Amino acid sequence: MIGYILRRFGAALLVLFAISVLVFLIFFATPGVDPAARIAGKNADPATLAQVRASFGFDRPLPVQYALMMKHLFISHDLTSFVNRGTLVIPQIIEAVPVTLSLVVGAAVIWMVLGVGMGTLAGAMRGTLVDPLVMLLGVFGVSLPVYWLGEVVNLITQKQLHDSVFSWVPPLGYVPMSEGIGQWALHLLFPWLTLALLYAGIYARLLRGELINALNEDYVRTARAKGLSERRILVKHALRCSLIPIVSLFGLDFGALVGGAALLTEVVFGLPGVGKLTYQALQNLDLPVIMGTVLYAAFFVVLANAVVDVLYARLDPRVRRA
Amino acid sequence: MTSPVRATAEQPAAGAPAAGPPARPSAGPWRRALGRLRHNRSAMIAGAGLLLIVLACVLAPVYANAIAHTDPFTSNASGTVVVNGERVPVLAQSTEGLGLGVTPVGPTWDPGNYFLGADNQGRDVMARLLYGGRNSLLIGLSSAVVCCALATVLGVLAGYFGGWIDAVLSRFFDVIWAFPVYLLAICLSVVLLTSGLHLGPIHIDAGSLALPVVIIALIYVPYVARPLRGQVMALRNKEFLHAAVGLGASDLRIMRREVLPNVLPTVVVFLPLMTALNMLTESALSFLSVGVQSPDASWGTIINDGLALLYTRPAITIAAGLCVGLTAVALNVLGDGVRDALDPNARLRGGA
Repeated sequence: MIGYILRRFGAALLVLFAISVLVFLIFFATPGVDPAARIAGKNADPATLAQVRASFGFDRPLPVQYALMMKHLFISHDLTSFVNRGTLVIPQIIEAVPVTLSLVVGAAVIWMVLGVGMGTLAGAMRGTLVDPLVMLLGVFGVSLPVYWLGEVVNLITQKQLHDSVFSWVPPLGYVPMSEGIGQWALHLLFPWLTLALLYAGIYARLLRGELINALNEDYVRTARAKGLSERRILVKHALRCSLIPIVSLFGLDFGALVGGAALLTEVVFGLPGVGKLTYQALQNLDLPVIMGTVLYAAFFVVLANAVVDVLYARLDPRVRRA
Repeated sequence: MTSPVRATAEQPAAGAPAAGPPARPSAGPWRRALGRLRHNRSAMIAGAGLLLIVLACVLAPVYANAIAHTDPFTSNASGTVVVNGERVPVLAQSTEGLGLGVTPVGPTWDPGNYFLGADNQGRDVMARLLYGGRNSLLIGLSSAVVCCALATVLGVLAGYFGGWIDAVLSRFFDVIWAFPVYLLAICLSVVLLTSGLHLGPIHIDAGSLALPVVIIALIYVPYVARPLRGQVMALRNKEFLHAAVGLGASDLRIMRREVLPNVLPTVVVFLPLMTALNMLTESALSFLSVGVQSPDASWGTIINDGLALLYTRPAITIAAGLCVGLTAVALNVLGDGVRDALDPNARLRGGA
């Protein structure tokens, strides 16, 4: 088991290295793309271009540029932005992380409770009205664009019904937890609900399918033959097995969201998280910030993948030999 | 995970579309699947809805020229329009705040006359919606086709040959898989949208629609390729493959005639679902203004245009978002029907 864990995390490190090289190559070595030209502006004369090249170190060989950037990022921690020269990258990211974590953790709690609840209900009450409703929500979960849903929520809570039903909704933005946990939660309530609603639908639908499969298994028939109550069979036997794929999917989705998939939600609700930071950096092509945030994001995705794999190996010994 | 292995004699030629099985006396697997799909009421309703949307978008020029008499790609800042018998400017000076902005005319609900109102450049939103739908659907469908084709080739190669080919391709999938999808797409778009792509003989101009197609197709390759690779690896040990090897068939022939027909149902299952996913990704990229570029429209760019007018003219954003959502719902319901008909055990999300 230890050997498997070591191998799995070794592979994760390799993937992270490959991603950092890939991002670097996208921005510095794509044919026809010149970072100096982007920084200097559209119609810069050759002298300015040469000056920008020398000042940012673009005239050095690619591997040297890559190594220098990694050194500033990981060893001396003093990577600075290209656009706002002098602004350090790492503190910017550290400042943005709590916002993204607040958003994703809160939404994750809501969607897991809702998703597991609705999925179990639909699986147990197959043939009643609950079942098609959950299925419908699941289809909407994969189909509706989250940023659009966020905008409609904003429209209703900030404008249309702001004077009556939703007068208690604060303006868009983020309030740190240090300024009172109530305000923090209030500002994040609608972002949480928007993000959670779509995932809850997807998870409920998946769990329903797994439950229905599990309820046809032999061990459920055995449990029935033993005379256990339907409720006990559902919760203690069928649900336990059905939750395994849910948990593994949760690991991946959570990692992806913390690692930047919440970008759209952050942009729409004006939350200054990592996704928004990345988005701003991309708009003015601030390469060091992009490098930092993408590596941060990839770190979470790779970590989540590795943790899910290790958990699977813990549950199923056959995986360890693969 | 594996689809039932069928004798190759029953298979239609590789690449035959699921919708049109060749005529033959005994019903083949494709025809039987089509029959099952036909009896799936929700899938048929979704398919009909999808057809309507596609038809409406294809007829966009007819609407713009014959009904609305407008050019949805040029701005109409000084134009006027008759609403309720009164002639009002298309773009009215804003009365709120400093009065600097403009408020476009709202929905008139008159098909010949700014049905859904105008956007902030005085262009007819309804006509732009139809034209935008063409781009959104085109990008979604073509990138799904490119993605599935590329993933089939790579997945079959990796699964069939194993060894170092599999090792290299799998690491490639791992890296793309671990890259946050939207970030990768945005990175590629930001770089390529300014200069276009010039790779050897391939030249794609910066404003071309092919750019988002290629980018979106590329980022989702592991989604499709990984399950296919697993299927092919399971097929490797089947007897009919050993028989083909024993008959002296070449690798290429075995892959084409024995392996491909067995994984094709899964590819077909992926197609509508990937089209929905890719269309959503396209609209998200366009919403972030790194997808389709102005003056071209897509549903994403229209949502983005409507963002500044969200509180005054919400119809723009709501209509475009409903189009994306409804099309995606139709594609997903249809895709579920196709999966139930062809390969009910396919695991499409999560990959684990």
